[in-house]
Amino acid sequence: MNSLDEIIQYSKQAAFDLNFASAKKWRSEDPSRILLGFLPVYFPREIAHAANGLAVGIMGAGDRLQIIKGDAYYQSYICHMPRGVIEMALNGNLDEFDGFIFPSICDVIRNLSGMFQLLGKGKFVKYLDFPQNFSSHIGGEFYHNELHQVIDQMHKINGIKIRPEQLNKAIQLYNKNRNLIVQICDLKQEFPWRITTEDFYYILRTGLFIPVEQHNQILEDTFRFLQEDIGEPMDNIKVVVSGAFCEQPPIGLIKTIEMAGCYIVDDDFMLGSRWMEENVEENTDDPLKALVEAYLNKSTFSSTIYDVDNPKGKRLVQQVKKRNADGIIFAAPSFCDPALLDRPTLQKACDEAGIRHINFQYHENIGQFKVIKEQVGAFSDSIKLWEEPVAEVRNLSEKNTNI
Amino acid sequence: MPDKQVAKEQSMILQKNMLARLFKELSTAKGTGKKVVYTFVPGNLSELILAFDMLPVYPEINALQSGMRKKSRDFIRDAEKAGHSEDVCTYVKCDIGMMLNGNIGPTGEKLPDPDLLLLSYTGCFTFMKWFENLERLYPGVQVAMLHTPYQEGGKITPEMVQYMVKQLKEEVIPKMEKVSGKKFDQTKLAEILENSRKSQDLITQIFDSTKNKPSPIDAYFAGVYYIGPINVGFRGTVEAVEYYQELYNEVQNRVEKGLGPVTPEGEIEEERFRLVVEGPPNWTHFREFWSLFYNMGAVIVASSYTKVGGVYDWGFRHNPQKPLESLAEYCMNCYTNLNLTQRIDLLEKCIKDYQADGFLINSIKSCNSFSAGQLFMMRILEDKLGIPVGFIESDLVDPRYFSYSNIKNRLDSFFQMLDQRKIIQKQQEIAT
Amino acid sequence: MKKYYLGVDLGSTTSKAVIINEQDEIIGRGITNTRANYEVAAEIARLESIYNARFSLLKRKIEQEKDFESLYKKYIEYIEDAFQYLQFKTRLDMLHVQLQKTAKQAFAGEIQKKITDYIDTIVKNISPLIRQEFLDGDLGAKSQFFRDIVSEKYHEEVAEFDKDYFEPLMVTFDKSITPVENELVKHNFKELVHQAMGLLNEKYADMPDSTPGNKSFHFDAELNLLKGNYKKVSESLREHIDQIAELDIHISNMTGTGYGRALLPFPEDCIKSEILCHAFGAHALFPNTRTVLDIGGQDTKAIQVDKYGLVTSFHMNDRCAAGCGRYLGYIADELSISLNELGPLALEAQKEVNICSTCTVFAGAELRELLNLGEKREDILAGLHKAIVMRALSLLARSGGVHNEFTFTGGVARNQAALKYLTEMIRQNYGNDLTINMHPDSIFMGSLGAAMFARRNIEVDLPQA
Repeated sequence: MNSLDEIIQYSKQAAFDLNFASAKKWRSEDPSRILLGFLPVYFPREIAHAANGLAVGIMGAGDRLQIIKGDAYYQSYICHMPRGVIEMALNGNLDEFDGFIFPSICDVIRNLSGMFQLLGKGKFVKYLDFPQNFSSHIGGEFYHNELHQVIDQMHKINGIKIRPEQLNKAIQLYNKNRNLIVQICDLKQEFPWRITTEDFYYILRTGLFIPVEQHNQILEDTFRFLQEDIGEPMDNIKVVVSGAFCEQPPIGLIKTIEMAGCYIVDDDFMLGSRWMEENVEENTDDPLKALVEAYLNKSTFSSTIYDVDNPKGKRLVQQVKKRNADGIIFAAPSFCDPALLDRPTLQKACDEAGIRHINFQYHENIGQFKVIKEQVGAFSDSIKLWEEPVAEVRNLSEKNTNI
Repeated sequence: MPDKQVAKEQSMILQKNMLARLFKELSTAKGTGKKVVYTFVPGNLSELILAFDMLPVYPEINALQSGMRKKSRDFIRDAEKAGHSEDVCTYVKCDIGMMLNGNIGPTGEKLPDPDLLLLSYTGCFTFMKWFENLERLYPGVQVAMLHTPYQEGGKITPEMVQYMVKQLKEEVIPKMEKVSGKKFDQTKLAEILENSRKSQDLITQIFDSTKNKPSPIDAYFAGVYYIGPINVGFRGTVEAVEYYQELYNEVQNRVEKGLGPVTPEGEIEEERFRLVVEGPPNWTHFREFWSLFYNMGAVIVASSYTKVGGVYDWGFRHNPQKPLESLAEYCMNCYTNLNLTQRIDLLEKCIKDYQADGFLINSIKSCNSFSAGQLFMMRILEDKLGIPVGFIESDLVDPRYFSYSNIKNRLDSFFQMLDQRKIIQKQQEIAT
Repeated sequence: MKKYYLGVDLGSTTSKAVIINEQDEIIGRGITNTRANYEVAAEIARLESIYNARFSLLKRKIEQEKDFESLYKKYIEYIEDAFQYLQFKTRLDMLHVQLQKTAKQAFAGEIQKKITDYIDTIVKNISPLIRQEFLDGDLGAKSQFFRDIVSEKYHEEVAEFDKDYFEPLMVTFDKSITPVENELVKHNFKELVHQAMGLLNEKYADMPDSTPGNKSFHFDAELNLLKGNYKKVSESLREHIDQIAELDIHISNMTGTGYGRALLPFPEDCIKSEILCHAFGAHALFPNTRTVLDIGGQDTKAIQVDKYGLVTSFHMNDRCAAGCGRYLGYIADELSISLNELGPLALEAQKEVNICSTCTVFAGAELRELLNLGEKREDILAGLHKAIVMRALSLLARSGGVHNEFTFTGGVARNQAALKYLTEMIRQNYGNDLTINMHPDSIFMGSLGAAMFARRNIEVDLPQA
């Protein structure tokens, strides 16, 4: 595309296409192609790619769909996300999908996989039980087997047997995707006025709906366009947003945080796209093993992963420092047990590291932002007025010690 | 009738003694040097804990006890003051609150700190978060993670068993050896498992007695007392076998005499409705909640909650010949680790086998594992079996979410509904 | 002797009573918004329904006379209006006394004098206005509850006075209205009816000759006839009226339902859940009903029924009053209009403003914010009604969907905007072939069902499918 604006306009539409039109079109172009849908947070899309498939993210319907039938399946004290998913399923939005993957992130998603099974959606429904044991020969082997089950199901559909070269190629492409994203994030951290988090969110999220090759191109173009210094720097604080990795915040919420005086320099909205902290090993003889090993050793931290041996509080603090952020906004969806049960622990870690934080809850179709705006605004103001924004202090001290 | 009274009390006395002994041991654990393992009811590896001569503590049981003793409101409030959200599982909050208040157990004595957190991650994602939280509250405590795979495909595969066996061999047992200072004794475990088998046979028969009309027991409210020994660390002991044998005899006695279940207020006069109930009970208003049923002559002939600590209906038993494999299978076979289809099948079996008049769901705000999907399950059972369904809502241990008048109103309507249908059915029978 | 059956529905916002005859026809209806005391509420509703029953029996009786003229029926309707005015007047006089009493207790000296004078003025001013409205049948769209009628007029009067006295006058009113509203007043029907006739005769006597186009009277041919003939009409009807006034309306059996039912002085087996009563009542009026939606004052119920009118499953939204009648009440208060005006106003909307939550607690705040943003009242109201309907639809979906035929009951069913959106959304989601039933007696559905259970004494004699 020819301009950043064009990319943003395209992404705005593509990232929220609840009919998955472009993915369905992609599938229809070749009968051996497979279309998979996966729920948050992470799924190794490489294996779908290697089997001539596309794994598309089903992130809920947000505030874009009036829920009528979906509420029939859920009591009021369960998060909103699965209602949108069921609504889409019942409305036929997901009819051309060959299979569905439900990662093991919580009981609600777990039971949702059962509901899809009962509804007879897709040719297969797989609850992907990510291991909470991180030894290669225990958890790794189990995970290997889980992935094999997905591969077998795909094979049943299109008969394609995955060759290592194909999987290696897929790994390269997705590594590239991840690296591009990280590059842009780094750039955005340094020059946050060049692109809003809202706009970047569209671009990022689009990656869940289109083939990785296409997305890589978009990201390259975006990075290129962002070399130019556009936009006016504002007197904003820098924040990291944490807790919103599954049920997505509505665009209005992201906007509100930015308008209330914050640059969001990191977040976990599209955590799955940046799941690995380093590249998955490329060009190995056993690329599936490489994916497994990467999961065991290179995964980011998340409320969905057992962390006793590698506490996430510490890692969150590291992330905040790396991004030179002034504070953290803990924003979790209502009723989200994983995110909310982690919150006190993470807050404590922040307190011990002297990192300022606030927290609130939202739901994906929340329409009222006034209260949140005030809260975030007060947070931003208080840091600006009564503390040196951390970044400047650090920059000064770094300059002094010639780091 | 004095004989009967004494006989009935006997099983209760046995259970009381078992628990009293356990709590005594717990209170003196630091002195005697016995090690304490905190773990969960679903996927509880009592036999393994016993094989290492360690003592079990179940935070879920602590929480429900706090609920029944009316302490949970304050505990939850304290946990919320400490930063927890209103939305999260109230068992966790109650436990944390109890901890913050000195961790005093039901006997009034302080419960010992854990030497090992056995995170049997079975059927409930929140368990993992719970012990991650506890690990921070007991710095330096050992944590053993046992990840129980979900029966997503409705069956247990060899790979799933292998995954668990390896975890047992390389993660759980070594940590238990380290904590207890004893070596793993497979023979001892096999002996213990033999006792488990016996207890499992007996409890299956006990819960099967509801086939009778009238049913001699209530398989939900009284049921939670019956599953006590098998779920709180005694499965595998000789005492548990004795208890279940005694209980079985008492139940048989009632069957022979054609008697209905005993309630806190005496015997039920007339069995008017037979129900299958899905979902945990409310603990804060347990007695009142129960009374809403027995006052209407409603007897619960089967409940899914009594199977959270293990489903034995389909024939699973621990196998002393394959100790670790059967521990693994046991875990995977707990109710909340079954997929929705299996749960529906199990409920359907209960409804049919025990000739239920109605199906009731007590939907618990705190428990996503049970609750997410219940509405769908209810619809499916209603359509498939043509059985009247009822739906009430409450919580485990947060008294703010139990509204007696609302629940009574819904139950009244439900029972009246069942009543009307019975009349119609009778009329139709007469007509044909 | 004819047998009648009484059903009493003690709801969360209003209490209703219905009397039916042996053919299940509704003979009398009574409704009150008294809330302080369920026993009193039940009694008031019961009395109202008996008065109403007398009038409708009277009308029926007259219709059978060979020299019946339609203007007789009209006359009886006017008597009923006058009768209701007299009931109102009694209570208004009680209120006057109470207001003075409250004022004397609360204030002293100069202020007390000023307030008591104001009170007298207010009552003096509003009495004839209200009398006029009753007698001219002008109450129409507005609420018929004592509190609502009086408080509107009281407010208007107080607004004219010195601002310093606004607060004390309002406080005095607030403290006085509840005891008066909850007082059980029993009337001698015959005496009151005669008084009503007298009132009416006065009205006709005083009526000037009017030209067509004069809107201060409901001018119609019959009224004109009445004006000329009122003496003759009242005399020919007197005998009938007296007979009915003395008629012993024998209640053979009664059933109570609704939230307050446990407090009713009825035996155990005469108390029925409101779910069953609503379903039964709806089914009685529309025998092909299979799904019933009741949006009441504080809760919403979705009920599935079988061909006998018996409940097969139900779902209630009783933990939260969002989207129920009470919520609409708060909205009406915020906009300073009456409940009955909400629907018509909402129907004037050009679009529906998106409402984020139907939480009653935040109703006022959200409304004010939207008004501040420049949204029009009718558009906001339209959005609100749509949101309420959406909520009801969720509940319906949870209860098993909507099956043909669908009947909408409860107080909120009288709201035309609610009905409009409900009809739209049901058709959209459950098909265009679905029959949607609505009945003007929707708020009485529970008490009708209860009365019908009373008649059947359900253990003994079952309904035919």
